[in-house]
Amino acid sequence: MTSVDLARSPDDVAPAPRRFRLRWPSMARTPLVKLSLVGLLVLILIALFGRYAAPYSPTALESVPYSPPSRHFLLGTDFLGRDVLSRVLYGGRSVLVVAGTATTLAYVFGLTIGLLSGFNRSWLDATLMRTMDVLLAFPPILFILVLAAGAGAGATMLIVGIAVVHVPSIARVVRAAALDVSVHGYVEAAVARGDATRHILFREMLPNISSPVAADLGPRVTISILLVAGVNFLGLGLAPPSPDWAIAVAENRSGLGIQVWAVLGPAAMIAALTFVTNVVADATARSLGRNETREATPL
Amino acid sequence: MSITINAGRLERRRLLPPLVAYVLRRVCIGFILVVAVSILVFLCTQALPGDTASAIIGRSGSEEAKARLREQLGLNEPLLSQYWTWFSGLLRGDLGTAVGSRQPVSEFLGKRMPNSLILGGLTLIVTVPTSIALGIWSGIRKDRLADHLIGGATLGFIALPEFVTGTFLISLFAIRFDVLPPISLFPPGESPLAHPDVLVLPVMTLLLAGMAYNVRMVRAGVIDTLDTEYVQMARLNGIPEQRVIRKHVLRNSMAPTVQVIALTAQWLLGGVVVVETVFQYPGLGDGLVKAVAARDIPLVQGTAMVFAVLYIGVNIVADLVIVLLIPKLRTAA
Repeated sequence: MTSVDLARSPDDVAPAPRRFRLRWPSMARTPLVKLSLVGLLVLILIALFGRYAAPYSPTALESVPYSPPSRHFLLGTDFLGRDVLSRVLYGGRSVLVVAGTATTLAYVFGLTIGLLSGFNRSWLDATLMRTMDVLLAFPPILFILVLAAGAGAGATMLIVGIAVVHVPSIARVVRAAALDVSVHGYVEAAVARGDATRHILFREMLPNISSPVAADLGPRVTISILLVAGVNFLGLGLAPPSPDWAIAVAENRSGLGIQVWAVLGPAAMIAALTFVTNVVADATARSLGRNETREATPL
Repeated sequence: MSITINAGRLERRRLLPPLVAYVLRRVCIGFILVVAVSILVFLCTQALPGDTASAIIGRSGSEEAKARLREQLGLNEPLLSQYWTWFSGLLRGDLGTAVGSRQPVSEFLGKRMPNSLILGGLTLIVTVPTSIALGIWSGIRKDRLADHLIGGATLGFIALPEFVTGTFLISLFAIRFDVLPPISLFPPGESPLAHPDVLVLPVMTLLLAGMAYNVRMVRAGVIDTLDTEYVQMARLNGIPEQRVIRKHVLRNSMAPTVQVIALTAQWLLGGVVVVETVFQYPGLGDGLVKAVAARDIPLVQGTAMVFAVLYIGVNIVADLVIVLLIPKLRTAA
């Protein structure tokens, strides 16, 4: 922030911009949040590395379909006779990778659009924001389904679809924060110095709006996970043979009365993942000073 | 004096009563949004690279069949005229013909829409009072046991995907106790209201998944109201707490109710897609998912537009109701 001194007049004592700072001690105050942090870590580890502990191949037909839990198959087998436990251990990576990539992509575009709109309040702002309004006039899952109809199911479609769904809301949050920041002395100073717009947006403004943006990140990740799981469950995301928790729930549902573990195993994993993500997201948002739950992001 | 001058000016400029002008403006914006969304839907379904005809028929289909389908869908025309053919049909209420069933899309929508509206309507009737009651209770008992319990439960349910909630409910009520049907099957042409048992689990799933966000919103509203000066004033005046809550807090935190209803309705438009699939409930959402899987483009386009119009419509109606309920906003509008 060396640039601040350049143009600061004596009476221009805007409050020092608050940098992104998580307050861990206050955030992890409640036992629920502590447990969820541990749970999230464990789930991420299982999702990423669980496959190396899997007793069988996730795609090999090992036994009779829907055989009950036994010494060989701790959670029994699924509708094709594949080991449920192995498929659960393999099935988390796809959710995390797709949701993570989509959210990152959404932030790249959302941040750029929001910062540009908030900084450059001209026809560009109006055009960008009206475009965002159109995207917001559509339920998220519906947009992804329409895209799936046109582009075909698959991981790429899912990533692009989820990213597009997030961009308008991210851009709005970023724009509102950028509007607040753009009147501060250091931004005006940068403009007066003739800094490149790119520099002003990402070096001067972005660090100073990191708090509201970070508070919004947690709920976005949760929504991404929910959307990935939802679309995969509908059979319009990843292709069936791949081990995925949501797909496993969908394909074993007809055997719910015979071998409940084939559904309960993967379903419990998704439930645990979305639950702990949500608790951690909520705690992060609170710790970053978002007031109560009113700005919580609805799906 | 300045007041009379201002009033005179306003009187002269005003062609329409402000409320009517507001309604007209909102409806116009709504229509523009519908047009914009139709362009978006068209671009996503028909303008993306790749041969739509071979996607529908499959690679194995004969060239002849593909050519016929291209002709039928008008895929050989330039993009702009394709859009215009589709959109002008949309305005006339002609949504085209489904590729799979070769029946008019409007017929398909007409059969399934009532089912979805019944499911959504019932869910609204159940969800709104429940979430308002729980929200108020949680708000006035802030930081006590009830608040923590409700808060923890909503945090949990807000996070669960609808299909997980639905599957848990099926395994509990249909498999374990066998009191309700696991899937919502009833003879086509009949109303689901004639078979209330098929509605219980879908409504329950939507309730559990959709209520959480509303409860938190109502709770935040109640807590805000409890903080206001007029509530403090009432307390300082020695009015019993019971009465303060009944007469001041509840009445003033009712304003977000309309918002809760609107948000629930909008959320439901996405929620029914998954829940109808979970229970194989013959509504629009289930139909859309099947149409997408079969890549039946006219069917997807028509269904998506119905969803979009409902979504935008709910938004406009909610805004109007809020303006009507809160006189303060009328002048601002």
